[in-house]
Amino acid sequence: MNAPAAEGASAAYDARWQRILDSVALRQPDRMPVMLYATFWLARYGGITCRQLMYDYEKCAELSERAILEFEPDAYTPMLFASACGQALETIGFKQLQWPGHGVGDNQPYQYLDREYMKAEEYDEFIFDPTGFYLRTYLPRVASAFEGFEDLPYFPGLHYMRLVAGIRPFAKPKVREALEKVIKAAEEIGRFGKHNAIFNQRMAGLGYPLTNGITSVAPYDFIADYFRGARGMMTDLFRHKDKLLAALEKSSIFLLRQTVAQAQASRNPIVFIPIHWAPDNFMSDQQFRTFWWPTFRKMMIGLIDAGLIPMPLWEADCTKRLEIIRDIPAGKCIYWFERTDMVKAFEVLGDVVALRGNLSSSLMTTGKPAEVDAEVRRLVEQVFHKGGKLILDASFGVPDETPVENVRAMFQAARKYAG
Amino acid sequence: MSDMTDQEKQLVEWLADMREEEALPLANKMLLEEHVDPMRVLELCRNAMDIVGKRFQAGEYFLPELVLAGEMLDKIGAIAKPLIKQAPGAAPSKLGRVLIGTVHGDLHDIGKNIVTFMLDINGFEVRDIGIDVPVQTFIDEVKSFKPAVLGLSGFLTLAFDSMKETIEAIEAAGLRKDLKIMVGGGQIDDAVRSYTGADAFGTTAITAVSLCKDWLGVAA
Repeated sequence: MNAPAAEGASAAYDARWQRILDSVALRQPDRMPVMLYATFWLARYGGITCRQLMYDYEKCAELSERAILEFEPDAYTPMLFASACGQALETIGFKQLQWPGHGVGDNQPYQYLDREYMKAEEYDEFIFDPTGFYLRTYLPRVASAFEGFEDLPYFPGLHYMRLVAGIRPFAKPKVREALEKVIKAAEEIGRFGKHNAIFNQRMAGLGYPLTNGITSVAPYDFIADYFRGARGMMTDLFRHKDKLLAALEKSSIFLLRQTVAQAQASRNPIVFIPIHWAPDNFMSDQQFRTFWWPTFRKMMIGLIDAGLIPMPLWEADCTKRLEIIRDIPAGKCIYWFERTDMVKAFEVLGDVVALRGNLSSSLMTTGKPAEVDAEVRRLVEQVFHKGGKLILDASFGVPDETPVENVRAMFQAARKYAG
Repeated sequence: MSDMTDQEKQLVEWLADMREEEALPLANKMLLEEHVDPMRVLELCRNAMDIVGKRFQAGEYFLPELVLAGEMLDKIGAIAKPLIKQAPGAAPSKLGRVLIGTVHGDLHDIGKNIVTFMLDINGFEVRDIGIDVPVQTFIDEVKSFKPAVLGLSGFLTLAFDSMKETIEAIEAAGLRKDLKIMVGGGQIDDAVRSYTGADAFGTTAITAVSLCKDWLGVAA
């Protein structure tokens, strides 16, 4: 899959990317950017099952390319990485998702399993030595390839001849077997990554930028979703407040370091951060200001200082949070809103961030093309034409069940009403 | 709370104020050392949950408080219920039956659990039949439980079609008459309600409670 020589593609790439950068910097772009974010919708688009999409790199790439060339978005999300990950999940024995053929039907998207992956009494170990906790406790819990790592040596403290003697556990059959599985999984994931890179290069050659090279996570969501589980996290606000705050503080530091390193390696400054636990209904204003916002803000400032562009996707309705999340440097971020009223978001945040979204999932899946057209027009008139730096998208990308004519209507209306 | 002793008032207050470290030892002391009638302790818990529900509806409490309140109630119930020596007479009358479940294909349950909890503490008899519930299971449960209200929950967009299928099947089975159906979840709005054929929709537990109260003619 060599990138074809496309006359003008380089200029088209630059123009598209500049449109996004102008929006972020709160400068008027030459036209309203419009994004293509699709995961399992590609299966519907291509008439294949979700399972086929997850396991067939070539087919996923073919459908992604077809969609990009049909809709000509200003940027597209890493579609292969989000969709064709079945083989990668299988080789690592990933336990936190159920996916087609592994717990859900062939025509259903993968779904995360909300569980307690770290017990409350393990906070101390996590805070004291997160790496050790990962190696011996967390990794075997969340992916079967790591089962056996429980027997790895306890590294801190090993020194001199005790260091030499201390590596003996690596020869244990369980550890040896785990290492072999992890290497095998890493090779498969390497192949997956290569397909991804080739696809992105090809799209760049055709003039289409990738929205974001990597994703990251807010510290609170990291602990809530991937360690304590929803129920554990909510009760921790009362039962383990101090330990939770310490874990959030610690996590914000290593999440920032990891995110900066990965974003720099990806050579794409935009960092996509899906936000799960900020919605108005999920916690009080006081809880949000105490537990959720401070470490996330710190992380965003760190990303901005590293020259990156945070792009949080504020899931559900975050209207009551708008004044709080306004407290960041102007012209540095994209705030993507799912159900928050975009006009209200523009009123509160229009001089601080670019805005992304937010045609509702119900409109995209159950509406008619004329209704999609009317909603794009409303957003353009009430946000973009009033000076808002709107980057058009559906509320959380294209929902899996969206009829293709509604996606066409979204892109056509964007061009019709805003360049 | 005028007919309560100071100790009873204290228990209700600590439970309602999320002071678990004080409330649970007090409840245990009342049950295990002072041999207070376990039915009385459970009644006090219900009083506390009423306050929690009202604070939630007033926007003072949010999901974390509901989850902690539910856990405190479970812990006290686990100690109190084995101590109930005889049938306590008529169980507290319930306002009406609500059947609830997450539709097939969807594994999410946080929203559904919160709705179940809120309906329960508001006096409804709720049967929660879990997640990823097949259409036929909803039909069987409607037949056996005979609810006045059916709540269909879902977080993913695939739930729109699952809800539609479930409602159509219930109609085809002749079970829609006298049954009110509400759909709920993070992605649900009036367009989805119309698409699925439900009677009403909601995105919060408060809406679910007020819908059930309206339908069953209960004063808010």
